[in-house]
Amino acid sequence: MTFEYAPAPESRAIVDIAPSYGLFIDGEFVEAADGKVFKTVSPATEEVLSEVAQAGEADVDRAVRAARKAFEKWSALPGAERAKYLFRIARIIQERSRELAVLETLDNGKPIRETRDADLPLVAAHFFYYAGWADKLDHAGFGPSPKPLGVAGQVIPWNFPLLMLAWKIAPALATGNTVVLKPAETTPLSALFFADICRQAGLPKGVVNILPGYGDAGAAVVSHPDVNKVAFTGSTAVGKQIARTVAGTRKKLTLELGGKGANIVFDDAPIDQAVEGIVNGIFFNQGQVCCAGSRLLVQESIEEELLQALKRRLSTLRLGDPLDKNTDIGAINSAEQLARITALADQGEAEGAERWSPACELPSSGYWFAPTLFTNVTQAHTVARDEIFGPVLSVLTFRTPDEAVAKANNTPYGLSAGIWTEKGSRILAVAGKLRAGVVWSNTFNKFDPTSPFGGYKESGFGREGGRHGLEAYLDV
Amino acid sequence: MPTTAHTLTDVAASDSTLRRFLHGLPGVDAVGLEARAASLGTRSIKTTAKAYAIDLAISMVDLTTLEGADTPGKVRALGAKAVHPDPTDRTAPATAAVCVYPDMVAAAKQAVAGSTVKVASVATAFPAGRAPLSVKLADVREAVAAGADEIDMVIDRGAFLAGRYMKVYDEIVAVKEACGTSARLKVIFETGELSTYDNIRRASWLGMLAGADFIKTSTGKVAVNATPANTLLMLEAVRDFRAQTGVQVGVKPAGGIRTSKDAIKFLVLVNETVGADWLDNHWFRFGASSLLNDLLMQRQKLATGRYSGPDYVTVD
Repeated sequence: MTFEYAPAPESRAIVDIAPSYGLFIDGEFVEAADGKVFKTVSPATEEVLSEVAQAGEADVDRAVRAARKAFEKWSALPGAERAKYLFRIARIIQERSRELAVLETLDNGKPIRETRDADLPLVAAHFFYYAGWADKLDHAGFGPSPKPLGVAGQVIPWNFPLLMLAWKIAPALATGNTVVLKPAETTPLSALFFADICRQAGLPKGVVNILPGYGDAGAAVVSHPDVNKVAFTGSTAVGKQIARTVAGTRKKLTLELGGKGANIVFDDAPIDQAVEGIVNGIFFNQGQVCCAGSRLLVQESIEEELLQALKRRLSTLRLGDPLDKNTDIGAINSAEQLARITALADQGEAEGAERWSPACELPSSGYWFAPTLFTNVTQAHTVARDEIFGPVLSVLTFRTPDEAVAKANNTPYGLSAGIWTEKGSRILAVAGKLRAGVVWSNTFNKFDPTSPFGGYKESGFGREGGRHGLEAYLDV
Repeated sequence: MPTTAHTLTDVAASDSTLRRFLHGLPGVDAVGLEARAASLGTRSIKTTAKAYAIDLAISMVDLTTLEGADTPGKVRALGAKAVHPDPTDRTAPATAAVCVYPDMVAAAKQAVAGSTVKVASVATAFPAGRAPLSVKLADVREAVAAGADEIDMVIDRGAFLAGRYMKVYDEIVAVKEACGTSARLKVIFETGELSTYDNIRRASWLGMLAGADFIKTSTGKVAVNATPANTLLMLEAVRDFRAQTGVQVGVKPAGGIRTSKDAIKFLVLVNETVGADWLDNHWFRFGASSLLNDLLMQRQKLATGRYSGPDYVTVD
């Protein structure tokens, strides 16, 4: 007999999802001007969770007006007063964290152990952290009394719906801006629950506006003439469009785009921990992470040993019901995303890379993709160049530190990288040469509100998090 | 691994080859190791899986009494409990062994006669190990002669920390020889005193190279004993050792594991690190005395739906 874990599902009863939701404008839930709605589904079961109002151009205009009106009072508040609201929001998030974790898992498809242990603690931490900055802006290094920009138009992706909301809204509010935020069409629910939290916290009307919708709504937010600041996290293709739209206007812009992070393992690395770091780097949130370590660069001398260890480890990953507390790998966020991953993986195979997945049974409904390794990959393969945004790892090798650096930097992207070695001097030497916004050493995918995050090259510009994150929302 | 099975035979040729080998093992990143152990600790083990795990854990317990005040009577009571841990429920599995000082082996042997329960003895000047090798070997021989099925030896931590690996190696080889063919050898590292994870990995390989049948974390007599992290590390070592030599070695965390919840976390470590091959009491043990009663109370709770209490399990 083997040790089979009995199902340990988290209860859904804690979250009460209404059959329909409106747009959140000026402190009220309202219908879309043209009455349009769309459905949001659970990617693990394809069950319809709720029907959500779909914002259009007229709604964006309404929301921006509300935010503009609220800006006068909000920006005039002493920093300590704004901090009170942010602290209150942070505490409510902590109190409701289990509810929000279950909701996020239902709407996004990621495992409950990630929403519970990673997303929600970080969401609360971001609000706490930026609450602390609200009354200290004069001392943040941007000159005396830096001023807010005005109305911030923010568009966020579906991979970390609530966390990306926190990364955007917390610094915007702390610095005195008001917000119009468009969550992704596949994951609008936690943002709408956040709207409710704003009301619970007594946040003045119009300071935060939430407009679920599709790309057209996002485009309307970005191009609205009365928006002073645009912040976008998402694909590089859309980021380029936004840059074109914003060019020539006085709007400030930050972009957090795609990535093809290199995870470099030297032959003196702590192997067992490196294996964990590789797994965390590419299979966290099913690889739907812009800073995922999707390119493994392993020193040739330990390639065989490391691959063996990695395959053994992948065979113990548990894929299935995201609400089960023992699930490691959940569902892919949407049918569209699954199709994209599938196409790129098939292309990898067609180009001659060697494909491997552990034996694992995929559920019959929902969107699923088995953890996948590609070996015999070269820099010339598509799977080594394009961002796949799924649980697909490309393995390349190198012989010398210089070669590792050259290969790691040989990408249009530059968001993240990892270095695995027991030699401290090598960590410093290599990290200094990598063109990536974040370089982790002997760890991967670690986030903290105090440390800035952002990219080089096609991974975007501007920084979120930390003191640097304030700059994007201040007139400096 | 830094070497192949072919060269492993030469590893213990001299002090310097042994040192070079042990220091060539992959390093251990403490933060990463502890994070992995903690993340496996969040596995949620419910209902049938929990019942299975509790019975498995009971069958892996080395029921231990290591007090200066031990008497034949106390050892007899312990033996009876090892054979039938729950007097109210004869379906409860027997423990793996009773573990006693060498002078109590004969009494223990008698107490468990006719059952599957083994008798283990902590020989080699337990727990400090600060005695001449001749004394340690005599200790072992006495215990084996009295019928011990297993010998738990402590390594010379002083020699290990001084970098005299060959001395530690030679002692283990000598003790293994003294165990003969009848007794299995468990080698105790006292991981709390080795202090770094790199040292624990080196000690694990040293013990296995010298012929240990089991590697064991600690004596239970110091401040830091078995932890999820050091046990995970030792599991990785036995896994890698088998991959390289084909020889399977058992693992025994000892000391500080008191609750069923803790024990189940260790079983999850075993399950997800080395798998089913180690999930029985020939290859994995718990060195714990107070753990058994908590396992029994949890077992009763699963059977009846109610918590009983300490008076519904025996004191020893």
